[in-house]
Amino acid sequence: MPRKKLPKNKEISKIVFKKGDLAKEVEELSGENLFGCYQCGTCSAGCPYVEDMDLTPDEVIRYIVLDRPEVLNCKTIWLCSACFTCAERCPRDINITKIMEACRQIVLRKKIDRTQAQKIPKKEREAIPQIAFVSLFRKNIG
Amino acid sequence: MKLLYFPGCTLKTSAKNLEKSAFAIMEKLGHELKEMDDWTCCGVVSSLSDDDLMRHLAPLRSLIHVEDEGEDKVVTLCDMCCNTLKQTNLRVKEKSDDLETLNAFMDRENDYKGTVTVYHFLEFLRDEVGFATLKKMVKNPLKGIKIMPYYGCMMLRPREVAIDDAEEPKILSDLLSVLGAEVIDNPFKIECCGSYHTIENKKIVSNRAHRITNYALERGSDAIMLSCPLCRFNLDVRGKEAEKLFKAYKQIPVYYYTQLIAIALGLDPTVCGFDEHAVDPSLLLKKKGVYKK
Repeated sequence: MPRKKLPKNKEISKIVFKKGDLAKEVEELSGENLFGCYQCGTCSAGCPYVEDMDLTPDEVIRYIVLDRPEVLNCKTIWLCSACFTCAERCPRDINITKIMEACRQIVLRKKIDRTQAQKIPKKEREAIPQIAFVSLFRKNIG
Repeated sequence: MKLLYFPGCTLKTSAKNLEKSAFAIMEKLGHELKEMDDWTCCGVVSSLSDDDLMRHLAPLRSLIHVEDEGEDKVVTLCDMCCNTLKQTNLRVKEKSDDLETLNAFMDRENDYKGTVTVYHFLEFLRDEVGFATLKKMVKNPLKGIKIMPYYGCMMLRPREVAIDDAEEPKILSDLLSVLGAEVIDNPFKIECCGSYHTIENKKIVSNRAHRITNYALERGSDAIMLSCPLCRFNLDVRGKEAEKLFKAYKQIPVYYYTQLIAIALGLDPTVCGFDEHAVDPSLLLKKKGVYKK
């Protein structure tokens, strides 16, 4: 698999794993078996955000399995809005949504937030439904 | 029948019209929605990490309050609340250890006994009231209006808490047929609307709203009917903004199912709060002659 150029976040790049620990940690957080994935790409085919992603969801799994922590720098894990389409369709019954969440959690639990709440303009804060804010903060702030 | 109702934050702020129209329908149907005495935010997105029990506290607390009121059923209007409450309810029923931990943590609350069933309002209409009963009560059929039902994610997935088939749902199209409208099918009916990206990635959401709506437009749809307040905002408001991104694209009105039921049952249109939408939904109804005032 050719290496893709992923955005580099200084903080995220500092997170170090011992050999094999990345996959172990993702599996522990998600409760899913990453090694069950046979890379069919069904998750990516159905993902509504795939065209904006730098890695497709199946690539994210492959990166983790191959022990490449640079995967935590990708945009994909933050674009996933947990719509569960991939989880519903996976022929190996892997809940990819939970894997994306595990990747986000690894970053967030190092106190690296994705969203700066105070940067959201006041006008937006008044117009957008509250459920959007609570979801965003739960997904992007540790 | 008196039914306990869990509102959630958005129903009290940006989706007041969804609540108001639902209350009006219930009254017309001879039932009563009773708002819970004590509820809190549900947390909106259920915890997806196995070790994160903390996020189940908020929904569980509200479930405890349902038991405190002596009820075993609670109904929600918001898809996200419904999903979150159902997921927590399922988790604590399946994993008694987790329930024990959560109960022990909340020392000011009674223990949750696991007796509550969470319903989506649509489930109540389909399973308790029955669409056939609803059909008999239709006074202003939505004749000649082509409407695309849009389901989004939270009422269909994950399958353990779904209210209908995840790939080929029919609850909304069945409802539309009952109300007399023409149903326009669309493969994007079950695709995510863009969800919370509407805050930081408006363009992505506008693109999604365009993709979902444009297909319906190509098939001659006059409007969209949906249930979730966030889907409504994204398809309606971000869809309106998509007019600037796509030439010749014109956003069509977006209705809550409760609004269309209210109109079809001949209720006063003011219960629908159409003025809270970006694209005025009343114009189409006036044009088709079902909006009587």
